[in-house]
Amino acid sequence: MAEAIVQVHNVTKIYKRDKLEIPVLQNITIDVPEGEFLALMGPSGSGKTTLLNLIAGIDRPNSGSIVIAGTDISTLRESALAKWRSRHVGFVFQFYNLLPVLTAYENVELPLLLTHLSKKEKREHVEMVLNVVGLSDRMKHYPKQLSGGQEQRVAIARAIVTDPTIIVADEPTGDLDKKSADEILLLMERLNTEFKKTIVMVTHDPRAAEKAHKVRHLEKGDLLEN
Amino acid sequence: MKIPLSYNLRNLWTRRLTMSLTIGGIALVVFVFAAVLMLAEGVKQTLVSTGSDDNVIIVRKSAQSELVSAIGRESVSNISTFPEVAAGTDGKPMATADVVSIVNLSKKGTKGMANVPVRGVSSGSIAMRPQVKMVEGRMFQQGSSEVIVSTTVASQFEGAGVGQTLQIGTGHWMIVGIFDAGKSGFSSEVWADAEQLMLAFNRPVYSSLTVKLKSINDFEGFKNRLQADQRLNDLEPKREKTFYEEQSQGMAIFIRVLGLIITIIFSAGAMIGAMITMYAAVANRTVEIGTLRALGFQRRSILAAFLIEALFLSLIGGSIGLVIAAFLEFVSFSTTNFSSFTELAFGFHLTPEIVVSTLLFSLFMGLIGGFLPAVRASRLNIISALRAS
Repeated sequence: MAEAIVQVHNVTKIYKRDKLEIPVLQNITIDVPEGEFLALMGPSGSGKTTLLNLIAGIDRPNSGSIVIAGTDISTLRESALAKWRSRHVGFVFQFYNLLPVLTAYENVELPLLLTHLSKKEKREHVEMVLNVVGLSDRMKHYPKQLSGGQEQRVAIARAIVTDPTIIVADEPTGDLDKKSADEILLLMERLNTEFKKTIVMVTHDPRAAEKAHKVRHLEKGDLLEN
Repeated sequence: MKIPLSYNLRNLWTRRLTMSLTIGGIALVVFVFAAVLMLAEGVKQTLVSTGSDDNVIIVRKSAQSELVSAIGRESVSNISTFPEVAAGTDGKPMATADVVSIVNLSKKGTKGMANVPVRGVSSGSIAMRPQVKMVEGRMFQQGSSEVIVSTTVASQFEGAGVGQTLQIGTGHWMIVGIFDAGKSGFSSEVWADAEQLMLAFNRPVYSSLTVKLKSINDFEGFKNRLQADQRLNDLEPKREKTFYEEQSQGMAIFIRVLGLIITIIFSAGAMIGAMITMYAAVANRTVEIGTLRALGFQRRSILAAFLIEALFLSLIGGSIGLVIAAFLEFVSFSTTNFSSFTELAFGFHLTPEIVVSTLLFSLFMGLIGGFLPAVRASRLNIISALRAS
């Protein structure tokens, strides 16, 4: 079996609030092979979003190592980590997090501004991914002119436009009605099967978890055995 | 700079009400700042343009104004024969010995009186002062009790029109003409025959002597010759422009200092306003900042984005303030010049230097006002920023 693209080893995360130390993750070890679609489930406060944030490189562990595609991101400095994120991680948030003053096209183009692609190449990439998510006809629309499901599709386009190593999704269907949620899940499944994207998704929604290859449960900072 | 400018501009537009208020505050401060500089420049220009490049004025040493200067008849005739002095069409040296005094006239529309300079000039004076032109009536006659007044004096003082009389010294003087002296200091004066004026004031000496040099470059030679002459060593030659510029300094510095103190106090308010607006912008866009950081934008890009917004805000405010201030060019008024305690008419004058320093000043306010909020934005923790809603 090929080496896992995400290797989380003995990771502990403790939040400090004033003098109080709150352990959120305790000695977590998990590997995610390339091309996997992993769902992390668990009750609120179980630490699943924290684990996702650590894998995405927007938070740092107190101990342990996180190696993604051969890079130990827990040792990277702030600016190197930001650069790493721009190349290797695609984010899908629960509330889409589109920039309201930018059009769908401009929102999707945003991560490409950190690359050295030419203007023409950027346009081709943006148009291609908007086509993949089925929103070629909404390019010039602002987020407030789109439905929730459409906004999340734009966010997914933004997440895949740089062809990242992994896609992290935090409750991607949490703010959507059933029909839109189904569309989004279908799209994510397609990204995994058709485009071979490695996806780590945090969800409460059992229907969302059904689409994943693998579901891991967290409880009180511990990863439960399957 | 990675974050597109359109992002900044559209965000400004989104919050256009708060932004307009902040811009208005900045515009107001910039208006005051520009107005002060324009006023100081106006005073300077008025007095400096009173002088000509190739004219030299001779006054008593250390006399700051002609009012406190004295120069005897003998000195006047000695200096007029210096070889550096140009000759007029009639072959006579181009020199005018002036006597300057003041009269008290009542200002129109007020109950107050103001000091108006009365200049006694000789026949060669007009030829040496091309900025002075008759606009109404005629020139006074030599040896008579006639005067001409400037357009400013005619319009701003009671009983100063052609055909009316002025009380100067012990006698009544008939106004026979009105002259325009452009934006020079002469445009606040009353002119009469020097000899008649000396009789009226019972003064045996002139106030100053002004000569035209053959060439601008002759000044050093002229000065050395004058200083080498034992009989003339209580006198000091100055280029006419320098002399009037020195007269303007006290007034210009006073205006600048007073104005800048007011502006600095105002600008603190405008900067705090800009800071509050930018802090509010950061607070409103916390999730956006978290998202941009998560996508891989560096702290410095966030810092730059918010600084650019603040700078843009201040630049718009600065430009508006400057445009409004530019209209002051059309305003002119008169006040007392502290160097001579006489009435001086002047206006606001806008120069490219003032435009540049005003815009720099507004950018400075934007930079100071925007800096702390921008730093705060760039230092936000990504996780907490993403959780804010």
